[in-house]
Amino acid sequence: MAYSDKVIDHYTNPRNVGTLDKSSNKVGTGLVGAPECGDVMRLQIEVDDNNVITDAKFKTFGCGSAIASSSLATEWLKGKSIEDAMTIDNMDIVEELALPPVKIHCSVLAEDAIKAAINDYRVKNGMAPIESEKTHH
Amino acid sequence: MNIPVYLDNNATTPMDPRVLEAMVPYFVQKFGNAASRNHAFGWVAEEAVDYAREQAAKIIGANEKEIIFTSGATESDNLAIKGVFEMYKEKGNHIITTVTEHKAVLDTCKHIEKLGARVTYLPVKEDGLVDLAVLEAAMTPETILVSIMYGNNEIGVIQPVKEIAAIAHKYGALFMTDATQAVGKIPVDVIADGIDLLAFSAHKMYGPKGVGVLYVRRKNPRVKVTAQMDGGGHERGMRSGTLNVPGIVGLGKACELARLEMADDAARLSKLRDKLESALTVLEESYVNGNVEHRLPHVANISFKYVEGEGLMMAMKDLAVSSGSACTSASLEPSYVLKSLGLSDDLAHSSIRFGLGRFTTEEEIDYAIEVTLKSVTHLRELSPLWEMFKEGIDLDSIEWAEH
Repeated sequence: MAYSDKVIDHYTNPRNVGTLDKSSNKVGTGLVGAPECGDVMRLQIEVDDNNVITDAKFKTFGCGSAIASSSLATEWLKGKSIEDAMTIDNMDIVEELALPPVKIHCSVLAEDAIKAAINDYRVKNGMAPIESEKTHH
Repeated sequence: MNIPVYLDNNATTPMDPRVLEAMVPYFVQKFGNAASRNHAFGWVAEEAVDYAREQAAKIIGANEKEIIFTSGATESDNLAIKGVFEMYKEKGNHIITTVTEHKAVLDTCKHIEKLGARVTYLPVKEDGLVDLAVLEAAMTPETILVSIMYGNNEIGVIQPVKEIAAIAHKYGALFMTDATQAVGKIPVDVIADGIDLLAFSAHKMYGPKGVGVLYVRRKNPRVKVTAQMDGGGHERGMRSGTLNVPGIVGLGKACELARLEMADDAARLSKLRDKLESALTVLEESYVNGNVEHRLPHVANISFKYVEGEGLMMAMKDLAVSSGSACTSASLEPSYVLKSLGLSDDLAHSSIRFGLGRFTTEEEIDYAIEVTLKSVTHLRELSPLWEMFKEGIDLDSIEWAEH
């Protein structure tokens, strides 16, 4: 199966690989997927007092599309408010990376990771987690 | 050195130029139908087929009358299993095979189950080998066939074929083996091994695609299979259809070359394979899959824990290898062969198969080592699981959200 140029670009030069201090109250961490399924994404955001995401980092165990999806997600998250970040839809990732149908689950995982990171941040700071209105599973 | 480097010789091999050379005259110049008995065009084709049949017989220690030409190993497996079941079902309806067989055997068995066969799928031990005691315990008076592969296509382990055959015969069953990965790579002898039916194809041994062999024993016992293709009664009535003369000539030439060069090829390739394997297992948390003593000389299957196989193959895009990861398949299930060794799903997802071949050079192996080491290290830097492992977190203690 041939990968799109954008997948190859993100895969070859992944953006924002790394680790933020998960014990910090400013940091939200989302860990989604399972080793048994061949995909695990960890996505972290750092949020400032104005509810704006100032930094985002990821590490992913998975195929090229999974790595590219999470790399793209961190790029999109930086500079966004939490509210705007919640609106990122997996289909936006599918479209941007031209993922084939068998790889749509990679984009779903990235969306799940974003939401998990945001909710981790909210819970840490005394807010209720936001329930996602759509279920993928 | 040509980039990408081809290390997927268990999927298919490049054709040896000497094989192509032997085939060329049989397309345009010597185009006759081997079944045309009344003119020179037919005689020329028949003579070429006879010579190829002799070569195909020689490489497995058979008589040329026992060679049935087919379109490949999948057809040979189908003909053997369906053909034996139809021919002997009055005697019994039980067939024994293993869970690590190729799909050509497993799916054929599934098919005949619908026609009234009872099939036992034997598990294998952790090293991929069949437990002979388990096999013997599964034998019944109704068992008509034991079908167990010679060498495994994913991990390369070689089954104790001779012992398996002896058990099958002790209970009056026939023994069939899919020897696609073994013929031409290691010595195979149907007499010494006690094989009654054997399947192989040309394209795994530097011959052309679309041609294969089913060996059907003629003496002690005389084995018969019911034809699955009806027509002109070619190949002793067991496989009708005009013979693929150029393909058969190529198969014969490939068998001849393999017979003469097998020992040298095997010695050279096992040395290169061992070099590759010892260089790669220097990496922390890397594991060789399958028995390392009883295996084909040219295969190495290695799991690099905390790295996903398909992602790894993408990083190693200049190496043509294959992975037990099934990230592309709809089921997301990793290799059933690796899983039946008792490997956890994550290790199965992390496996890479390196298949060396006659044209693999030491320079290519050195390159493969360099690329693999670099790619695994790179992907581990990207892997949250690797980071957790390094921090001493037990991954089994985490509640993963299966998706």
